[in-house]
Amino acid sequence: MTAALDITDLHKSFGPAKIIQGVNLSVAKGERHAIIGPNGAGKSTLFNLISGRFLPSSGEVRLNGALISGKKPFEINRMGLSRSFQVSNIFTNMTVRENVRCGVLHSMGYGYSFWRNIGNLREVSEKTAHILNEVGLLEKGNTPAALLPYADQRTLEIAITIAGGAEVILLDEPTAGMSHSETDRAVALIEKASKGKTLVIVEHDMGVVFNLADRISVLVYGEIIATGTPEQIRGDARVREAYLGEEAEDAA
Amino acid sequence: MTDMTATYAGLEPTRAEKFRQRTVPLILFALVLLVIPLFNPSRSMITLLNHMGITIVFALSYNMLLGRAGLLSFGHAVYMGLGGYFAVHVMNWVAEGTGFWGAVPIFSMPAFGFGAGALAGAIIGWPSCRRSGTPFAMISLGVAELVAAAGFMFDSLFGGEMGVSADRMAGPEFLGLSLGPVDEVYWFIAFWTFIGVLGTYAFTRTPLGKLSEATRDNAERVQFVGYNPQRVRYLVFIFAGAFAGMAGGMSAVQDEIFTPESLSLVPSGAILIATYVGGIRYFTGPIMGAIVMTYMGSNLSDYTVGWLLYLGLMFVGVVMFLPNGIAGIVYGTADTLRAGRLGEVWQSWLLRLAGLVLIAVSVITIIEVAFRWSDGYGEVFEPFGLSLATTNPLTWILGVLPLVLGVVLVLKAAKGESK
Repeated sequence: MTAALDITDLHKSFGPAKIIQGVNLSVAKGERHAIIGPNGAGKSTLFNLISGRFLPSSGEVRLNGALISGKKPFEINRMGLSRSFQVSNIFTNMTVRENVRCGVLHSMGYGYSFWRNIGNLREVSEKTAHILNEVGLLEKGNTPAALLPYADQRTLEIAITIAGGAEVILLDEPTAGMSHSETDRAVALIEKASKGKTLVIVEHDMGVVFNLADRISVLVYGEIIATGTPEQIRGDARVREAYLGEEAEDAA
Repeated sequence: MTDMTATYAGLEPTRAEKFRQRTVPLILFALVLLVIPLFNPSRSMITLLNHMGITIVFALSYNMLLGRAGLLSFGHAVYMGLGGYFAVHVMNWVAEGTGFWGAVPIFSMPAFGFGAGALAGAIIGWPSCRRSGTPFAMISLGVAELVAAAGFMFDSLFGGEMGVSADRMAGPEFLGLSLGPVDEVYWFIAFWTFIGVLGTYAFTRTPLGKLSEATRDNAERVQFVGYNPQRVRYLVFIFAGAFAGMAGGMSAVQDEIFTPESLSLVPSGAILIATYVGGIRYFTGPIMGAIVMTYMGSNLSDYTVGWLLYLGLMFVGVVMFLPNGIAGIVYGTADTLRAGRLGEVWQSWLLRLAGLVLIAVSVITIIEVAFRWSDGYGEVFEPFGLSLATTNPLTWILGVLPLVLGVVLVLKAAKGESK
């Protein structure tokens, strides 16, 4: 079976700075894969390379076997890969409902159409409602996104990401800055939303990572030093040394 | 699933709300257009109204860029001008009356302007819409200079400084309108103004219209929901050019002439000011701005040669203190009244109004006295029988005291409101 996501010998340099130095990673269909690593390890850069925000210096990324490195972000999105951002990246002057609807539109086949009334698109409305209900933002549907509390903005970030029904979802630190109870709710949402889909998640909260992930990769200085199940990662001496330290014992 | 759709139905405006918020204003607008002639407006009044209609469509097309798509253009008059020039040429072909052109009524000129504006938008927008923000604004400025310069160079197309004129009474009549007398032109303008309002409003309700707002808010995220923001901008730009061209077609019939001036930065700046003063965050803002600015442009100049100074001051004032423009005041006031909060705010409103009147007294005194003095003809500003010469101490008192007092009152009003 082809992997959902296949990264081969990926490199990225900004001038003399080598940020990603030969990453190889294969994520199977339906797998929940977490990427962890210390600050500055290149986790977000890796996401930016996969999602097309940056062009790789060399190496390739394949989505369900099809080459996506070198393509534009909107092309990659249309092929079934969707991502969220570490800093909320929403449409601030539009309402929550309109935000999610923007995420839904293209997957419903309404490209750039200017001959249809958006209010009359039944299936778009229903899909939007379904997503809003799933993430628990239905009641705030008519609130301008800029006025949402922080945790709700993070939720909306996820809602826009999953709205298009992409099969592969990349979440960049979805629980950053959240309180304990907010984190719990976010994790429940991520579990529900990623059911039957492939999930790649960058996360600092080890509790979240060890709960959610089927497999974990550890990225240090632009290289993956270990990939394995949570148990394997916990037991890996190099990982402990390079990164986890006391935190792993706390989580265990 | 069923009760979820029920909850969602509460999110979307109901049929009655849609009717009240969307259809009723359009019907009212149509009614106003129909009722105006019953008041027997004078010929000059009708001409003014016709120019208002043209500016309304032009301003709405400009706001498709500025307010909805977040694209600041310094050269939008290019599209109105090119659309208008094409319409003027078509009018002359109609007057020759050979073949196909002999059957085209002058009434349809805005449709030709629409097509020409769209074409101009499609050609010029191709390079310029690859960028947004400052590069887009700079490119639009360059294009405007370029096209205006071309307008003065290619005489056979643009008629040199004299421009190209045409006769609106040529060709077959449509709906029994000869378009000779200006009150018949009124119906022509009213019809196309309504079409322009309807068209630009409908555009805001389409997927592309919503995407243009999304691109304004966050062009990067648009890429990650499957859209190319450059494509979104480009398509919006074509539509904005098309509706500007439509306004050009209306203007061609109303004024029967187009000159290269119409392509220059002056009308581009004027429409930017009218749209912004009206309020770019509201659909109706540009309509209000177009009405007010057209009125001021035609009437203020009768009262004072300093009218452009007043317009400039007003624009700066709006940018600094009223970013939501006239529409912001109108809807803000309406919201306050509807919420029954007049009792809480009337004092600060009154204070602010008094302050603004006082500031206006000083500003008017300063400007009127200043340009008369600088003219050097010894003319004296004499409002209400006062003789405000530069030697009169009252002049200086009126120039300074109300200003200081007015600023104090306005600050006090602002303080009272923030409490």
